[in-house]
Amino acid sequence: MAKKISILIVDDEPSVRDSLYNWFIEDGYRVECAENAKVALTMIESDSFDIILADIKMPGMDGLEMLRRIKSLRKDSIVIVMTAFATVDTAVQALKDGAFDYVTKPFDPDDLSHLIRNASKQISLSEENEALKERVVSLENIEDLIGNSAAMQNVLKEVESVAQSNSSVIITGESGTGKELIARAIHSNSTRRFFPLVSVHCGALTESLLESELFGHEKGAFTGAMYNRKGRFEMADGGTIFLDEIATISSKMQVELLRVLESKSFIRVGGNKEITSDFRVICATNRDLKNMVENGTFREDLYYRLNVVNIQIPPLRERIEDIPLLVDYFIKKYCTSMNRLPVSIEPSALKRLQEFDFPGNIRELENMVERAIVVGNGKKITLKDLPLQKNMVVSTFESLDDMEKNHILQTLINHEWNISQTARALKVDRVTLYNKIRKYNLKPLE
Amino acid sequence: MNEQGIAIISFGYFEHDFLEKIAESVTREFALPVHIREGHLDLSEFYDATRRQYNGNMILREVEKQYAIDSVKTFGLFYVDLFIPILTYIFGQAFLGGRSAIASIYRLSNERYGLKEVDESLLERFEKEVIHELGHTFGLIHCHVPACVMGSSTYVEDIDQKSSSLCFKCRTQLHDQAIQ
Repeated sequence: MAKKISILIVDDEPSVRDSLYNWFIEDGYRVECAENAKVALTMIESDSFDIILADIKMPGMDGLEMLRRIKSLRKDSIVIVMTAFATVDTAVQALKDGAFDYVTKPFDPDDLSHLIRNASKQISLSEENEALKERVVSLENIEDLIGNSAAMQNVLKEVESVAQSNSSVIITGESGTGKELIARAIHSNSTRRFFPLVSVHCGALTESLLESELFGHEKGAFTGAMYNRKGRFEMADGGTIFLDEIATISSKMQVELLRVLESKSFIRVGGNKEITSDFRVICATNRDLKNMVENGTFREDLYYRLNVVNIQIPPLRERIEDIPLLVDYFIKKYCTSMNRLPVSIEPSALKRLQEFDFPGNIRELENMVERAIVVGNGKKITLKDLPLQKNMVVSTFESLDDMEKNHILQTLINHEWNISQTARALKVDRVTLYNKIRKYNLKPLE
Repeated sequence: MNEQGIAIISFGYFEHDFLEKIAESVTREFALPVHIREGHLDLSEFYDATRRQYNGNMILREVEKQYAIDSVKTFGLFYVDLFIPILTYIFGQAFLGGRSAIASIYRLSNERYGLKEVDESLLERFEKEVIHELGHTFGLIHCHVPACVMGSSTYVEDIDQKSSSLCFKCRTQLHDQAIQ
C-alpha cells in the first residue's frame, strides 16, 4: 500500500491554515498545522513530515529563517514557501536556501494540486532511489555464492525455502565462510527485496553506540547528537535487518532486542514517541549460541526468538571440491576489476590450495587469489605466487623431522622440483638434498 | 420539521426541474430521500471586495449553523463566485465527514469561458459537483479512479471527464460507513 504523504502547514493566518487543511484532507493526505515557525520547528523535531508548506511573512521567525533551520534539521525535507507579497529576491533566496518551490497566495487550485503532486513524486523517487540502491548492494554479491558441493547445495536449498517465509534466521559458520552473502541471498529472494537490507556489525560497536545505531536518536539525546537520526530498525522498514556477530551484544542490548523483536516497535534514544517498523531479522555468528545459552551468557528467550531457522555454512576445508570453482570465479573477478587479461592457475598450485586448511575460509582464499594476481607474472598463477608457506608453518608439526620434511617439500614445490635451485635455496649441496628426499620419501605431487 | 435524508437548499432562484434532476441523481447515489427547500442568507457579509468573490468557508459555516439542523446532510446551492483564502476559486466546499456542503454554479457554465451554453452540460456538471461534495460529507476523499465522481476537479474540463457515479471502491466505503 502506498505510504500516506504527510504535510505540515505553517501560517499565522487561521483562515489560510483551515483552507489548506481542508483541501489536503480531502485529497487524502495526513495534515497538521502550526501557527508560527517556533511551533512548527518543535513539531518537525518530533515528527517527520514529507512536505512543509510555510508562509514567508510570519511574526517572530520568518519563513526563510525557518527554512534554513528545517534544512539543518532534516536535509531532505521538501519545503514549499508561500507568500502574498512576491518579489524575485525572496523567491531566489528561498530557492537558494533549499526550498522545493515558491508560490504566491492565493493559488490557482490546479497549481496547488500540481505542486503537491510534484513534491509527492519527488518523495517517491527519493524513496525508490534509496530502495534501489540497497537492492543493488544486496544483489551485487549474490553471484559470489558459488559451490557445487553437496554441503553448499544444501545451504542454497535452505536459502531458497527460508527466503519465502518471514521467520527469523540465524546463520552460523566460521569466520570468512560468507554469512553476510547468505543473508543477502535470503533478502534478495524474499518478497522484501524491493525494500532495504540494513546490515549492522554488532561486534564493532560499543553498547551505547549500538543502541543509538539500532534505535536512532533524537537531537540532544547525548553529547554530539546534533540532529535527529533514524535507527537501523527504522531504516529497515519493509525490508530486512542483518545483525552480524550477534553473540557479542551485551545483556542489556539482548533485553532491548528481545522487546523490539516482540513488539516491532521502539523509541529513539532520548525520544518519547513509539516508532513501529516492519522488518525481518537475520543474525549471524561464528560462536555456539546454544552453548552460550547454557553458560548463561546469552538469553534463552532471545535465542529461541532468533533461532526459528538455523543455516549452518560449512567451512571451506569441508568442501574442497568447490575450490577450483571459487578460484576460477575470483580470478575472473579480480582480473576484470584490475583491467587485466584473465590468468590461469597451474594444476600444482590448485592442488596445493585444495590441500590447504584455510582457517580464514573463503575470505582467505579470495585474498590469496587477489594477491597472486597482483604479484604474479600476469599469465599464470604458480605456487610461488601463493602465500601458502607461512600458513604451512602454522600447521602442527609434531617433531623437528616433521618440520624439516615439510620445509624441504615446500621449497621443492616452490622450485618446481628443480634439485639444483632447491639445494641453493636451502643452502645445502645436491647430495644432501637427495638424501633428505630419500629419507622423507618425498615425491612430486601429481 | 424533522427530515430524515438530504436537504438541498437553494440560495437564489433555480428552476424546479433543474433541482428535481439533481435530487434524483443524489437519491440514486446515496439511497437517501432528498428534500428541496429554499434558503436565505445575506451574502454581502461574505463578500470580499478586494477579490470580488464570496468566502466559501464562511458561507459553509453559516449554512451549517442556520440550516443543518434536522437532516442527515444539508447542501447549499449558490450562484456566486466562491473562494477560500488560499485558492483563487472553488466550485464547492464540504466538511469532510461532516453534515454540510455547498457548491456554486457560477464557474460551471460554458458562458464563463466564452463558449456556447449547453443546458445539459451545466446540469451534469452541477450534479457531479453536488454528489462530489456530498461524498466528502460522508467521509470520502479524492479518488484516483478516472471515472469516479470523487476524482479531484480543478477545471470544468476535469468535471466533464468524470462520471456522476461513485466507483466501486468509494461505493463500498460509503456502504461500510453506513453499516457502522
